Amino acid sequence: MSTAETLTAQGYIQHHLTNLTLGVHPEHGLGFAHNAQGAAEMGFWAINVDTMFFSILLGWLFVRFFRGVAEKASAGIPGPAQNFAEWIVEFIDENVRGSFTGKNPLVAPLALTIFVWVFMMNLMDLIPVDLLPWLLGQSMAIFGADPHHVFLRVVPTTDPNTTFALALVVFGMVLYYSFKMKGVGGFLGELSLQPFGVWGMPANLILEGISLLSKPVSLALRLFGNMYAGEMIFILIALMFGGGWVLGLTAGALQFVWAVFHILIITLQAFIFMVLTVVYLDMAHQTHH
Amino acid sequence: MNFNLTLIGQMISFGVFVWFTMTYVWTPIVKALSDRKAKIAEGLAAAERGHQEKSLGEQRAQEVLNTAKAQATEILSQAQKRAGEIVEESKVDARSEGQRLIAAAQAEIERETNRAREELREKVATLALAAAEKILKKEIDVRAHQSLVDDFARQI
Repeated sequence: MSTAETLTAQGYIQHHLTNLTLGVHPEHGLGFAHNAQGAAEMGFWAINVDTMFFSILLGWLFVRFFRGVAEKASAGIPGPAQNFAEWIVEFIDENVRGSFTGKNPLVAPLALTIFVWVFMMNLMDLIPVDLLPWLLGQSMAIFGADPHHVFLRVVPTTDPNTTFALALVVFGMVLYYSFKMKGVGGFLGELSLQPFGVWGMPANLILEGISLLSKPVSLALRLFGNMYAGEMIFILIALMFGGGWVLGLTAGALQFVWAVFHILIITLQAFIFMVLTVVYLDMAHQTHH
Repeated sequence: MNFNLTLIGQMISFGVFVWFTMTYVWTPIVKALSDRKAKIAEGLAAAERGHQEKSLGEQRAQEVLNTAKAQATEILSQAQKRAGEIVEESKVDARSEGQRLIAAAQAEIERETNRAREELREKVATLALAAAEKILKKEIDVRAHQSLVDDFARQI
């Protein structure tokens, strides 16, 4: 990074792990947080502008592309865009058919949205770590802002807010369909009457409750952890660029290798998130155990 | 890990994207896919049908061709037979006609001969009469007679 001379390695990493947070600071009033601590002090009523911006931008690109295809979709000879979209749709459809036994028109579109959206958000990780933050810092400097205090995290899935938001929505659906399909009694019975029968109710409740709650938590943390770790490695590799040309060349090679490996990870994580969502919803739809 | 309003914002955007995908994206694409599947199945069935019809038509054409060939052969042999018959008939006709003509000609010749003979006989009679007259007019001399008779005989 060009401004590395004024930054310690710790500061550099810290800078990369801080969101561009907009909120009301108890001392500085409404504005962007100047550091991670400032963002924390804003409490719950602050918003990570970078996360929101990139996720909505990517989501918008996703729905725009697919809507464009859907509008022109015909049974005739498909064009390249339609071909591509149909390829993804068929892939999702096959997976949903394979692991979801019930009938619910929501599940397949939900799986499609999760897979493509999460994949696109993960894909942001492959953009060189400093490129977009540097561009924003430089352009904000024109307006008199200090580039060191302009934060930007381009990968929305490295923000736990995103992964937990996805997982909580999925969890909400799991609860909704559990109550709807099994009935209140059925669902509560499932939670409290097994595996040890009526007399083991407290143990049952603890076991089943943990297993139920672990679903959204594991969903969210798995995606977050993988993406956070991946990004961290990119940041560490990027640190090496400041250490002379030998280290710099090594870093270039490493970055390439890690990026290639990361293609697998980002696809896999998007896929896992989708499949587990479908599986959890399938379990919610099963009326007998 | 700061949890803040972003969590709510991401939940809302996720919900909106899912709703949009479900309402405006999934159904048309899946419909197009199933439509195409049906279309392809239809096309394949039509091709199969066409194939069958083609072989059926070929078979029928072959049958028609065979019948036509057989008929042509039959007609040809009949015609040949008929031609032979006609030739035979005309040969017979010609022969009988020729015979008839020959017979007619012979009859004509016969008649002509007879007529000539009659005429000659008449003429001989006349001549004999004339000669007799002459003989009667002159006195009869044997030598003269002899020469006269010879002359007469030569005239016949």
